[in-house]
Amino acid sequence: METPIFTPSMVLAILPEICLIILAGLVLMADLLFRHRKERDLGLLTFAGLAITAGINLIYARPGLVPDLAFGGMLRLDWATYVFRTIFLVGAAISVLFTLDGEKRIRGGAFYLLLIIATIGMNLMAAAADLILLYLAIETTSIPLYVLSGALVKDPKSTEAGIKYMLFGAFTSAIMLYGFSLLYGFTGTTQLYALKDLLDAGQFSIFALAAVAMLVLVGFAFKISAVPFHFWAPDVYEGAPTPVAGYLSTASKAAGFAVLLRFLNVVFPDLYPSWVLVALLSVGSMIFGNVLALTQRNIKRLLAYSSIAQAGYMLIGVATATELGNTAAIFYLMSYLVTNLAAFGIVLIIGRTLGSDEIADYAGLSRRSPGLALALLVALLSLGGVPPFAGFIGKLFVFAAAVQANMIWLALIGIINSIIALYYYLVVLKVVWLNRSDHEQEAMPVTRPWALAVVVCVAGMLLLGTLFSPWYQWAMQAATAF
Amino acid sequence: MNFPILSFTIFIPLLAGLLILCYPRDRVTWPRVTAVAAAALTFLLTILVYVNYDIAQGGYQFIEKVPWMPIWDISYHVGVDGISAPLLLMAGVVLFCGSAVSWNVSDRPREFYAFLMFLGTSVLGVFASLDLFQLFFFFELAIFPKYLMIVIWGSPKTREYGAMKLTLYLFIGSVFALIGVLAIVFLSGANTFDLLLLEKAGFDTAFQQLWFPFVFFGFAVLAAIFPVHSWAPDGHVAAPTAVSMMLAGVEMKVGAFAALRVGIMLLPEGARVWAPLILALATINVVYGALIALVQTDFKYVIGFSSVSHMGLVMIGFATLNRDGLLGSGLQMFSHGVMTALFFSVVGMVYDRAHTRDIPQLGGLFQKMPAAAVAFIVAGLVSMGMPGFSGFIAEFPIFMGAWQVAPIVAIIAVLGVLITAGYIFLVIRRVFFGDLRPELAHVSDVSLLDKISMGILVVLMIALGVFPSLMYPMIQSGVNYILALVGGA
Repeated sequence: METPIFTPSMVLAILPEICLIILAGLVLMADLLFRHRKERDLGLLTFAGLAITAGINLIYARPGLVPDLAFGGMLRLDWATYVFRTIFLVGAAISVLFTLDGEKRIRGGAFYLLLIIATIGMNLMAAAADLILLYLAIETTSIPLYVLSGALVKDPKSTEAGIKYMLFGAFTSAIMLYGFSLLYGFTGTTQLYALKDLLDAGQFSIFALAAVAMLVLVGFAFKISAVPFHFWAPDVYEGAPTPVAGYLSTASKAAGFAVLLRFLNVVFPDLYPSWVLVALLSVGSMIFGNVLALTQRNIKRLLAYSSIAQAGYMLIGVATATELGNTAAIFYLMSYLVTNLAAFGIVLIIGRTLGSDEIADYAGLSRRSPGLALALLVALLSLGGVPPFAGFIGKLFVFAAAVQANMIWLALIGIINSIIALYYYLVVLKVVWLNRSDHEQEAMPVTRPWALAVVVCVAGMLLLGTLFSPWYQWAMQAATAF
Repeated sequence: MNFPILSFTIFIPLLAGLLILCYPRDRVTWPRVTAVAAAALTFLLTILVYVNYDIAQGGYQFIEKVPWMPIWDISYHVGVDGISAPLLLMAGVVLFCGSAVSWNVSDRPREFYAFLMFLGTSVLGVFASLDLFQLFFFFELAIFPKYLMIVIWGSPKTREYGAMKLTLYLFIGSVFALIGVLAIVFLSGANTFDLLLLEKAGFDTAFQQLWFPFVFFGFAVLAAIFPVHSWAPDGHVAAPTAVSMMLAGVEMKVGAFAALRVGIMLLPEGARVWAPLILALATINVVYGALIALVQTDFKYVIGFSSVSHMGLVMIGFATLNRDGLLGSGLQMFSHGVMTALFFSVVGMVYDRAHTRDIPQLGGLFQKMPAAAVAFIVAGLVSMGMPGFSGFIAEFPIFMGAWQVAPIVAIIAVLGVLITAGYIFLVIRRVFFGDLRPELAHVSDVSLLDKISMGILVVLMIALGVFPSLMYPMIQSGVNYILALVGGA
């Protein structure tokens, strides 16, 4: 095969990643050169770099009308890549804002470096059009995240989170890799866009293909924390530094959905069992996530189970296997990004003052800090699917997709689950607004970066919840680009 | 008309609420002044809408339409017809009176008034919606203000239970309605959320019969139809006065209105099949609600169950699907909204001063608060359908309509009204007359603002009772429009 000639479009195809690598280098150098400076500045540098990259991505890395397969078919610059990159970059930038003024031990150059590398990995996950790059991208994302989860080295819970996450990750990734190897064995190619035709031509039995789909789905289901590959999530979210937990639950989950959507739509678009599997994952995630969330007393664990359930709602969209369904899932991811980042961010801010993540300790919050209480109200109601917040529109779209695809049963299960979910969100709000505590008069400091991040997220929730049409079009362009 | 009067009506409370949230924490009077002023302005605008509605022309008026999501044909589309214009007026007056009688709320007044205003926007938005998505959006918008207001400012004993029960019941109802709404839009192949287009879509009969119960009963949970009525008394009792007024007065009408507009008007064939069931359930509402009200010893529960009973009459009127019944329902929605708001405001005033709602511990309050007592008696007379008051002109057509389709329903429902007379007289005698108990000697009279708001409600009910022509023709025009869709007489 002829070596691909270097073209400017190839630079364009990985422009955000190039920016991120430069940023990573800058962070590393700054860390080495300015040891005496405050570590906070490193975080600000990372934030600025991520924000600039997001801007560059939005303006210069916009895909053309025709999707561009670059680097010999390794990656594909299309609207899906573009939209997901934006999601990751925004998620990373907001997460970094929350790490400023947070726990001392997590603010090293290494921390930010790993966060940037994980973001590069996610970008590549969204763009990958080849099994090899896909696997590398998934590992590039996962390994830094294992370390980040264990970043609080003196906290046994954090260390446990890191190890647990790694073990689960390694296990599922091995199974997924086995699936990849079978695909290669069946067809002799690693290119996603060539696989389907070759699989069709090979006339493999549906059982073999379903088995392969199942193996591959294991890896993806782990990334999106869908039941039954969710066991790591509560412990990791609880133990990991809160901004990392927020990042894991949003950007990392979105990355999982990016590959899941691309893989299912490109490789197995007609394989019925794979969609059934997705529907089962969806039902399991919704039911387990919501039912287990009911009994949680720790807000981070509650958010972890709720985030498992949220993955289930998004999977409804995927399981419908329609354009509307995919669009709905992507829109849901966007709304979930701002919502869950806000939720974890607020939990971080409150936790820094209270020194606790127990829901019972949230008593009196609405008197102590009315602004934070309102922001938490917005975030939890958005998770619960109440207008005028983003989550309502997201849920409406996925349920609409299910109804349109004549999967009323799935919509009904989703709806029953959203009733359960509303209950436990309301219980938290009840503690915040009704219960009294002895510390109501004490201040609850909110630093400027935190305030900025929370305001951005709340504005995002209101924007996606009211003026949803442009974002829906984004999601639709992404959904049709696979 | 170029002035977007409906948008102003809907969004003034919302903007006022947002403004109130921005006030500094230590300013306790700013929120209430802003809220009452905004509510007064809204009330004024709803009066203007009502007065300027052209009855001769009929149909939807004051229409505004802005694309919201063109791909799905969702738009911000507002307009009122002969049914919704009176409801808008009712929402305006109850919002104003609710804000006014809450003048003394001192715990976190910012949040209280902001949430009350959000609730106002929600109900006004539903009444004026001509887009199915928008209707549902505003419908659901009420969830969090209702829950939080009951939990935070409700009566301590039952607020957690009442708030959660109410919220979950209503959420369950609304999500089933949502499935129905989505089915109407996507499964039917209509692919539009525009109510005006959907009304003319002419879905096939089997489709209508399948999906009618989803939307009708889903929305009717909020109208407290039997057997999913029990959130209503518990929720009303747990809520603070202003929220009880909004809930029982306006929110229940929101449920009934949505059931009418989405259920009956979009799926008339379905309505025809399911009407007997609705008729039966609603009849149970009327009698059962009244019987339970009869044995309550909690002043507020009496009114809570009376709402269940009266909403049953509205549902009976719907289910008749004929001119008299629908006319009566339209009038009853207005009349009951005003009446029950007045009931709850008086109950709130009594409780604030006597610190108990236990009827045996009350008595002789006429001597202490004559204005409130008179207002309550007027509301009571409306409630039992006394001629000369708005209740009579509303209930009489309902019975006429019911007689035409099922005389037995009319007979039983009239029985319910007799029971109503019983518990109303009983409660009036035990709370306001008899000897004043020594514990109640300290009770003071109600404030001027309270008197003004009660006065407005009383005047509305008497005016309507004496001059039915103030509202009759308008609702008639709305009913004509519905009948054209339903294809009845």
